[in-house]
Amino acid sequence: MQYSAEVMKHFTNPHNQGQISDADAIGEVGNPLCGDMMKIYLKVDRLPLAADRLEDKIVDIKFETLGCAAAIACSSILTDMAKGKNLKDAFKIEKSDIVKGLGDLPPVKVHCSILASDGLKLAIKEYLEKQGVLDQYPEIKNLSLPECFHE
Amino acid sequence: MPNQKIYFDHSATAPVDPEVFKAMAPFFSEIFGNASSIHGFGQAAQTAVDEAREAVAEFLGAKTNEVIFTSGATESDNLVILGLAKPGEQIITSKIEHPAILEACREMEKRGAEVTYLGVDAQGLVSLAELQKAIKAETRLVSIMYVNNEIGTIQPIAKIGEMIKELNQTRKEKIYFHTDAVQAANYCEMNVNKLGVDLMSLSAHKIYGPKGIGALYRRSGTPLKPIQFGGHQEAGLRPGTLNVPGIIGLGKAVELISQDKKNLGEIRKLRDYLIEEILKIIPKAQVNGDLKNRAPNNAHFSFYGVEGESLLLLLDQRGIAVSTGSACSSGSLEPSHVLMALGLNPLLAHGSLRITLGKFNTKKEIDRLIEVLPGIVEKLRKMSPLK
Repeated sequence: MQYSAEVMKHFTNPHNQGQISDADAIGEVGNPLCGDMMKIYLKVDRLPLAADRLEDKIVDIKFETLGCAAAIACSSILTDMAKGKNLKDAFKIEKSDIVKGLGDLPPVKVHCSILASDGLKLAIKEYLEKQGVLDQYPEIKNLSLPECFHE
Repeated sequence: MPNQKIYFDHSATAPVDPEVFKAMAPFFSEIFGNASSIHGFGQAAQTAVDEAREAVAEFLGAKTNEVIFTSGATESDNLVILGLAKPGEQIITSKIEHPAILEACREMEKRGAEVTYLGVDAQGLVSLAELQKAIKAETRLVSIMYVNNEIGTIQPIAKIGEMIKELNQTRKEKIYFHTDAVQAANYCEMNVNKLGVDLMSLSAHKIYGPKGIGALYRRSGTPLKPIQFGGHQEAGLRPGTLNVPGIIGLGKAVELISQDKKNLGEIRKLRDYLIEEILKIIPKAQVNGDLKNRAPNNAHFSFYGVEGESLLLLLDQRGIAVSTGSACSSGSLEPSHVLMALGLNPLLAHGSLRITLGKFNTKKEIDRLIEVLPGIVEKLRKMSPLK
């Protein structure tokens, strides 16, 4: 098993690592028993004139991760990708985007990229819920994510 | 100093001792004959193989015709597990064996044998009472590893040997006793008669010999069937052209062990110093496995709230090579089967680090690890959502 140079770069010097004390939403995924745990913090700019809350923009994003090098690198690149995007576009970030961004991931580590994109999706869901508009987005409301990726 | 590479992963593999390398060198291009050939080229190789076989036999307190050269411990283990018990018979082993035993046992279950996997206590030791309870009329083979490859615990092999010998006096069908002694050879009593074993697996590359060569000790009269076919070598039990340079290397490596034994106290001192300092400096850290019945070169830690692989890679970036669990299981997602058998919390099992010292390590190198590791654990803990 070997990691790409890009994975090692993000793992060694992760971007956007830490907490946001006044976060507008937090997405928490994984389970310490699985060995991976991830927390995604969002600071969102609420556009007063927009009718669709998914147009609100991620102005800051931070992560905390307990896990292997792949889990940390996936968290790091996810925050890079999501920062500055509106929630609609951020919600579309999938594992394949993360894997591509990292140059590649060993097959046994691909679940880390799912964990990262799920963490962001959950944070967006929490944001919509806090805004009291989650019912308008049934697809996001009914999001069901696995607790653990182990078979 | 930061550019100096430090190797602390001797349970994965050890460097070939320069003396071993020197002994092997002539057997590639000069004395290259097939040891089975009757001409001079072959006989020169055969003579050297005989000498190496004598060295291994002497190391084990065995007869030369009881030493079978194999490609390594995985093959030795497979030969025992697949070549001895028949369908309907029972094999007893432990839950903390190397996969070379466990996977071969699963294969035997498919072939109709019954396999009992003994648990271990929280210190990683097999209980004699539990073993005795598991033995029945159908028991044919007991295979218990000597020193665990992950946590370094030493199993009471001589006591088990004694118990089985006693049971055999009144049994119709004898029980054969095998031990995988790969991780023990550098440090422990290896006389097969003192240990009371009928079969023992050895590997050269864990004892400063080359990779790709090992041995199986088989007590005279122990029934064993080959698992590969196509030659008369090793009494038909391991057909195939003898790996002459490898065999010479293994012979030299066991010779060096007796010379090196006097240095064991040094390794133990360094290891104890390492454990003491790490537990003192790093909070929420623990050592896994019994501290008394333990190979003197093994330190196995768990650090709460960090993941082992991340620790390993950050240490590697600072030039220090260690392992999480065992080299064989890196790349797998499951926490170590050994740590789970100990009843360790999976969270702690994921945060484990194995440091295995070798005869060339120095106190300066240990001090470097003690200097670097706390900062790395702290960095990863800061990143973690678990506070």
